[in-house]
Amino acid sequence: MNSFLLIIILLIYVGFLFFIAHWAEKKANHKWSNNPYIYSLSLAVYCTAWTYYGSIGMAANSGLNYLPIYLGPIIAIPAWIIVLRKVIKISKLNNVSSLADFISLRHGNSRFLGAIVTVVCLIGVIPYISLQLKAISETFHIVSQTETNDNVFQDSTTYVAFALAIFASYYGSRYVDASQKRRGVITAVAIESILKLVFFIFIGVYVTFFVFDGFDDIYLQASKLPYFEERNTLGGLTQGMNWYFLIVLSLFAIFLLPRQFQVSVVENNREHHLKTAIWVFPLYLLLFNFFVYPIAWGGNVLFKGQEVNADMYSIIIPQFFNNQFLAVIVFLGGFSAAISMIVVSSIALSTMLSNNILIPYTYLGKLKIQNQVDNNKRIINIRKVSIFILIITAYFIYRYFVLDYSLVSIGLISFVVIAQLAPAFFGSLFWRRGSLKGAVAGILVGLFFCFYTLLFPYALGISSSSNTFITEGLWGLELLKPFQLFGLDYLQPVPHAFFWSLLFNTLIYFAVSVSFKGNYRERNYAEMFIDIDKYSTNHENAFVWRGTAYISDIEKVLIKFLGEERTRRALSIFNLKYNINQTSDMADARLIKFAENLLTGHIGTASAKILISSVVKEEKISLTEVLQILEESNENILINKKLTETSNELKKITEKLQEANDTLVVKDKQKDEFLDTVTHELRTPITAIRAASEILYDDEDIPNELRKQFLQNIISESDRLNRLIDKILDLEKFETGKQKLYFVKNDIIATIYQTIEPLQQLIKNKNITVFLENSKSVYACYDEDRIIQVITNLLSNAIKFCPEKEGLITIKVKDKEDYILVSVEDNGKGINKNENEAIFDKFYQSFNQNIKKPVGSGLGLAICRQIIEHHGGKIWVENIENSGACFYFTLPKNKQINAI
Amino acid sequence: MKKILIVDDEPNIIMALEYTFKKNNYEVFIARDGQEALDILQNETPDAIILDIMMPNVDGYATIAEIKLNEKLNHCKILFLSAKNKEEHIEKGMSLGANAYMTKPFSTKKLVEKIEELITT
Repeated sequence: MNSFLLIIILLIYVGFLFFIAHWAEKKANHKWSNNPYIYSLSLAVYCTAWTYYGSIGMAANSGLNYLPIYLGPIIAIPAWIIVLRKVIKISKLNNVSSLADFISLRHGNSRFLGAIVTVVCLIGVIPYISLQLKAISETFHIVSQTETNDNVFQDSTTYVAFALAIFASYYGSRYVDASQKRRGVITAVAIESILKLVFFIFIGVYVTFFVFDGFDDIYLQASKLPYFEERNTLGGLTQGMNWYFLIVLSLFAIFLLPRQFQVSVVENNREHHLKTAIWVFPLYLLLFNFFVYPIAWGGNVLFKGQEVNADMYSIIIPQFFNNQFLAVIVFLGGFSAAISMIVVSSIALSTMLSNNILIPYTYLGKLKIQNQVDNNKRIINIRKVSIFILIITAYFIYRYFVLDYSLVSIGLISFVVIAQLAPAFFGSLFWRRGSLKGAVAGILVGLFFCFYTLLFPYALGISSSSNTFITEGLWGLELLKPFQLFGLDYLQPVPHAFFWSLLFNTLIYFAVSVSFKGNYRERNYAEMFIDIDKYSTNHENAFVWRGTAYISDIEKVLIKFLGEERTRRALSIFNLKYNINQTSDMADARLIKFAENLLTGHIGTASAKILISSVVKEEKISLTEVLQILEESNENILINKKLTETSNELKKITEKLQEANDTLVVKDKQKDEFLDTVTHELRTPITAIRAASEILYDDEDIPNELRKQFLQNIISESDRLNRLIDKILDLEKFETGKQKLYFVKNDIIATIYQTIEPLQQLIKNKNITVFLENSKSVYACYDEDRIIQVITNLLSNAIKFCPEKEGLITIKVKDKEDYILVSVEDNGKGINKNENEAIFDKFYQSFNQNIKKPVGSGLGLAICRQIIEHHGGKIWVENIENSGACFYFTLPKNKQINAI
Repeated sequence: MKKILIVDDEPNIIMALEYTFKKNNYEVFIARDGQEALDILQNETPDAIILDIMMPNVDGYATIAEIKLNEKLNHCKILFLSAKNKEEHIEKGMSLGANAYMTKPFSTKKLVEKIEELITT
């Protein structure tokens, strides 16, 4: 394919990524850019061009050896989540923006340690970036079928590298505060992760099912190759040791690679996103490795006996079958893998370079005197230029040094270098006594062994192959042979270097830390790091500091970096958080820590401390004092916790009291209303009696007929009055719990018959048919007199509401498992739906009935409800379509309820 | 002949009132709730109305509010006769435009006197 056309395709592709990044940046809180899947996929920046091409090469040349690099992270995931949660918490609370910051902060904001960590990362990662550029460049030449041009400036891949450098420096350094989230870049990286996986699966499916006839076919043909047996055997204990160290190595890499720290810690904006990552990320790695083997051995079969770079099988195979489209797709996938690694790594490295070397060692003086706008501009420019220079440097390293090495070997060297940070890093999290001196000494010694056993021999291999250093050892000493140091001869170079360097690194770290105590600041941070959960709220309290400092001085420093408005806002948040009145002009330890945190994102933890120290006067505190103060603050935290608990309890009690009071108020109101209604209801018959009596008394010549009628009225109203009083007393007994119920096993059918009997006359008078569906006995436990009262009430209501002609009342009993259900249905006009509940209220009928003045007290249903509920049953009413109302009640069968 | 409308939902109270006022030479109209009363008032203009408050459908308060809208009934005196004897009920009744408020139980003699007094002033 024409290289010009390929560049156009690349430009369109990069343009697409630009668009994604730009969109996500604008909608930083959109659910598509801020979700656990984007986070999990961005972790897949772990799979670089090395994975994409290199593991195929490795699988083709040495069988299963590519696997440990992916098994490590998959095995480590459960532990990884636990450790990472801690790292994320610490980093968020302290505004940590890089691995160097993290380790340097723990060791007392050490500028020197920060710089060393940065250097280690640079040594480890720049060649790694070279590796990506190498992959891009080589695949570019293969796809465009051009040769690498010896003149750098006529080689089109040079311009690809330049374009990349510009893209990365533009997008990577938009924020002055390096601990800010870069949603744009991360979303683009996540999209690239999807694309590279999908494209890789494309080529895998193509090779397995289109070039060959499935997995079996590849295996059958590959097993006929002469070296198949040899390359696919796990070589006993020796091989096992190699595997073991490679797995541990990759396990460290997942924590310590600057790009992994960047995506997993700095760019994490919700802790719970980890819950998704715990399964998405291992699944991603498994999927990615699924087709590695078929492609590698398919390639071995296809190009048997030819000189073909196995790293490039995934492009060469489609090209071999003249499938240009697939070749370009694979190339874009590899390009995605490379570009995300380059961008994220260079962002991480440039942050470290600027915040841990350039600013603390050179620019800090200038930043101190400039204003905020210039400062921000300068910090951003430092980072921009760093990113650009890093990528260009990596490109030239690739051009002039690493042309000849396979992708995997450079990647693994990177891992070994980075792994030197492991003791200090894990020590920071779990060991209180780890000290600055120990960390520095350990890393330097480890680095020395890396150089001796890995970097020098490789570098010498490039320049002079006749050097005897590798074959005979330094000064001809057998024991000092770089690949078989101290006679250890069964490990491959990478696990070998890893073993020795890390062994000495760890030993020195422990030995020095134990022998020389760290200063109080280190110990202070050790406590904060290790017990981060204890300090996660108001962590500024855990910072021990004594001396004199003026708030105004600190404010001035902050303004230089944050600007007036943000400083003011930050300080007012601080005052709010700690309930501080702005009367004092002296700053305390909490403000010092708060100010350092604010600056850390901009200029790194070491510079932040230096800047703040320059405006305050600190008194030295002894180690024991620090421990004592921390102890006290711990106690304070405990006391605070107890206080909060007590006040919470009080709050709960108050709430309960309030509730009780509310119900009392409601009850009181109900009682008032009840009294109101009762007096009204009592007065009504008295009024009638009073009026009739007065007439009879005054009027002597009242006709006999009328006189009798008035006397009759007096009698019936007196009865009414009496009934009313009985019912009120009844209800009162139930409501106050004085009513006694006598539960006996009874036949409800018999009870119903007994109830109907005295009503017969009334029923006959109104020409109503009463129909009882059941005839067999149904037993339940109840107080018969009371249930008769209920049924009488329901029947009287039904009789009252039945139409003048053809009145029908149907009674049904249903025998359920542990209760019986009785229903009384009439064919009257029914009840308004919204009254279904209310009719059971006291005196409800007196105001709302639609018929002419009823006979009854308005207390009947209220009493029924009391009786049934005291039996442990329920009573309710339903409307039957087109015909009347149906009252239901239930009675438990066996439940012996003691008299209530 | 003087005309009076009795609005109450208690049959026995109605009976006593009807007898008492007929005896005192009134033409008596009877309504069992507010709605019936308003229906009667469409054709009749009594001199006085005796109005209960607690009644089904349209209560006494709603009834007097309707009556006050009708100019034909301006001269008609209205007396509330209710078992509600709280200050607030009396005040509410009077503020709606009633001419008098009498509580139940009541004396028939005093009620007649009061109605006479209302009609003649």
